[in-house]
Amino acid sequence: MTGARTSTLATLRGSIERIETPGDAYMPGRVALGHVDADATLQGGLALGAVHEVFAEGRQSAAATGFIAGLAGRAIARRPLVWVRQDFTEIESGALSMSGLAELGLDPRLLVVVRAADVDTALRTAADALACDALGGVVLEVWGEARQFDLVASRKLTLAAQASGVTGLLLRVAAQPSPSTAETRWIVRAAHSPPATGTAWGAPVFDAQLVRNRHGPVGRWIMEWKCDECLFEKPAAYPQPVAAAPAHRSHQTPDRVRERRAG
Amino acid sequence: MFESAGPADNCDNSPCIVVARQNNALQISALDNAAADLGLEIGLPLANARAICPHLQVFDADEVADARALNIIADWCDRFTPLVALDSPHGLFLDITGCAHLFDGEAALMRIICDALTRQGFAVSAGIASTSVCARTMTRYATGQIIADGEETEAVRPLPVFTLGAEDAITRGLRRAGLKTIGDVASRARHEITARFGADFTVLLEQALGQGDAPISPRKPLPDYIVEKRFPEPVATEGVIASTLSRLAQTLVTAMDSQGKGARRLEASFFRTDGAVRTIMVDTGQPVTKPDVMDRLFRERLDALNDPLDPGFGFDLIRLAASRTEIVVQQQRDLDANVHDNDELAALIDRIAARIGGRRVVVHLPQHTHIPERAVLAAPAQQHLAVAMRAAWPARVEGEPPLRPLRLFEKPEPIKVPFATVPDGPPHQFTWRRAEHAVVRVEGPERVAMEWWKQDGQTLTRDYFRIEDEAGLRFWIYRDGLYGELVTREGASAPPNWFVHGLFA
Repeated sequence: MTGARTSTLATLRGSIERIETPGDAYMPGRVALGHVDADATLQGGLALGAVHEVFAEGRQSAAATGFIAGLAGRAIARRPLVWVRQDFTEIESGALSMSGLAELGLDPRLLVVVRAADVDTALRTAADALACDALGGVVLEVWGEARQFDLVASRKLTLAAQASGVTGLLLRVAAQPSPSTAETRWIVRAAHSPPATGTAWGAPVFDAQLVRNRHGPVGRWIMEWKCDECLFEKPAAYPQPVAAAPAHRSHQTPDRVRERRAG
Repeated sequence: MFESAGPADNCDNSPCIVVARQNNALQISALDNAAADLGLEIGLPLANARAICPHLQVFDADEVADARALNIIADWCDRFTPLVALDSPHGLFLDITGCAHLFDGEAALMRIICDALTRQGFAVSAGIASTSVCARTMTRYATGQIIADGEETEAVRPLPVFTLGAEDAITRGLRRAGLKTIGDVASRARHEITARFGADFTVLLEQALGQGDAPISPRKPLPDYIVEKRFPEPVATEGVIASTLSRLAQTLVTAMDSQGKGARRLEASFFRTDGAVRTIMVDTGQPVTKPDVMDRLFRERLDALNDPLDPGFGFDLIRLAASRTEIVVQQQRDLDANVHDNDELAALIDRIAARIGGRRVVVHLPQHTHIPERAVLAAPAQQHLAVAMRAAWPARVEGEPPLRPLRLFEKPEPIKVPFATVPDGPPHQFTWRRAEHAVVRVEGPERVAMEWWKQDGQTLTRDYFRIEDEAGLRFWIYRDGLYGELVTREGASAPPNWFVHGLFA
């Protein structure tokens, strides 16, 4: 290889390094979810000023909504929340109910809902909202597969979130996970209420699977949302433990995690 | 000032007429010069016209298209004065008070308008006078007249009576009475005229003579502030248009600032050289006082247009108007971060609303009703943000699981229930969206009676159940009506219907 070519390569490597450094050096604040094991895995809790994805099957849409509302409730710290949704989602899984949100312990007064007609508008609006540092968080809800959610769109959202410190939450119902720059990715389904022990059943219980974590291992937990305390917890009495966290990823993330940036 | 637009003369010489159905007969409603030379006139039946001239070209009148054309001309006239009024079917009033000097005087202004319209192929007759009716009367007789203040009576007196534009019966009556000119009519005592032709005609006559004001009703309310930029050479590039808008925004803000105002509604009008006008409106939730905010709002709006701004051969006038303004309350913002946050949020809402429409950005207000689907009102965030942030929501019951679903279907979805154990009990299983769900846990019923004092036809009581199925999914289902309440046409009792109304997390 000639010297000129080597130096070109070096320059390119250098510029890529420069582009990527801010992302990796970015050390977000974290907010504890309340669930001890999950917080330990997430090294303190949900990263603020980052994008998190929640995936669910079509019929699990309400559970996923509840889970993402819980994440938002933890992340926004009583600041406004913008909820961007595509028109189609209301037909498929019903409109977000303010009474229901209040029952979960969240404050409907903090919520501004944007009814976007299509995915492109929703995506653009969400990116705009993420850049507004007066907000606590932005939820983007899209039904089904959307080719618009490519790496570029995802990177845009992540950069906007990092610059403003606003937490972005993506609710993808009836969609398959695709490569993105999200900080974490969850797959959520509803879990049974614990067997009757004399207490009222029906508190939101989620079977939450952390399938991707940029800065740590993954895991799977049964999480119960405590409406009165506004946090996630281990259910008091749950019959059998679910699958333990897979051991194939070490807890301490080595530097090599950079290699899987777009995984 | 008044002008009249008629159909254009066609190129080849065969006479053209436009016919409309009146009194169940086709009559001429408009004609060109060639046809007029043949002795045809408006109001003549089509059969007679054909008898006079067999090779007539006949067109059907299209009043809707005429009105549209008149509106487009009125849009174009907005560049001369903000006060343009329609005088259907084919007249326009322009209130040029204080505008004429911008175009080198009244005569020059009238020439500009007449030339432009003639170039477009319209037959124009224009006149300027101090009252609208006087000007209109003049245009019916001759074009290009400018009547000085105080000379209306002298100018109008010799004109024939039809120029007043009264009903046909009145005009005919006046002719039969031997009153051929307006002067003849005016020489009679007013009470005689009123007794014979009615008070309205007397008013019309006095207005034509310049006595008494004849107000016009402009198409659009006068904006509070207008700034505009005229280009000697039409501009078509996006960069120039954007920079013009930002410069206009600065001028507008300076003008509003001196009176402590902020804009709630902004209108940018783009006048194309070929006469087409495009107006783009932006509403804001809070008064805008910064040029860069206006600039950004318009950028969002222009970006999101379904049919983008088409400059054609270029714009020769760009106008920015604040059509609704509000006094700005200055707030202390150094110490209270909340105020700043709310401003930022309102600005974000404005930007999103500018792009996708104000009704698509909503906040929610609690309503005083037990009916689940009406318990919350979604209101446009631009107008209701402050109210929504102070709204009092019912507090949740401590220690209870959620009693209302997180997702609510706007229209409850019917489910198939094979049978229920006891008449008022919950189902054991049900089919929703072609999937079977076996009920594992139930809580209920929670009975919600409809608001019978409102006459909206929905009077069936609902029994709601919270249900968990074998997969852990939680539903909010209800039975519409009580057992035995529904009766078929034959008199037998019908089983009530079941619906899924919402989903719990």
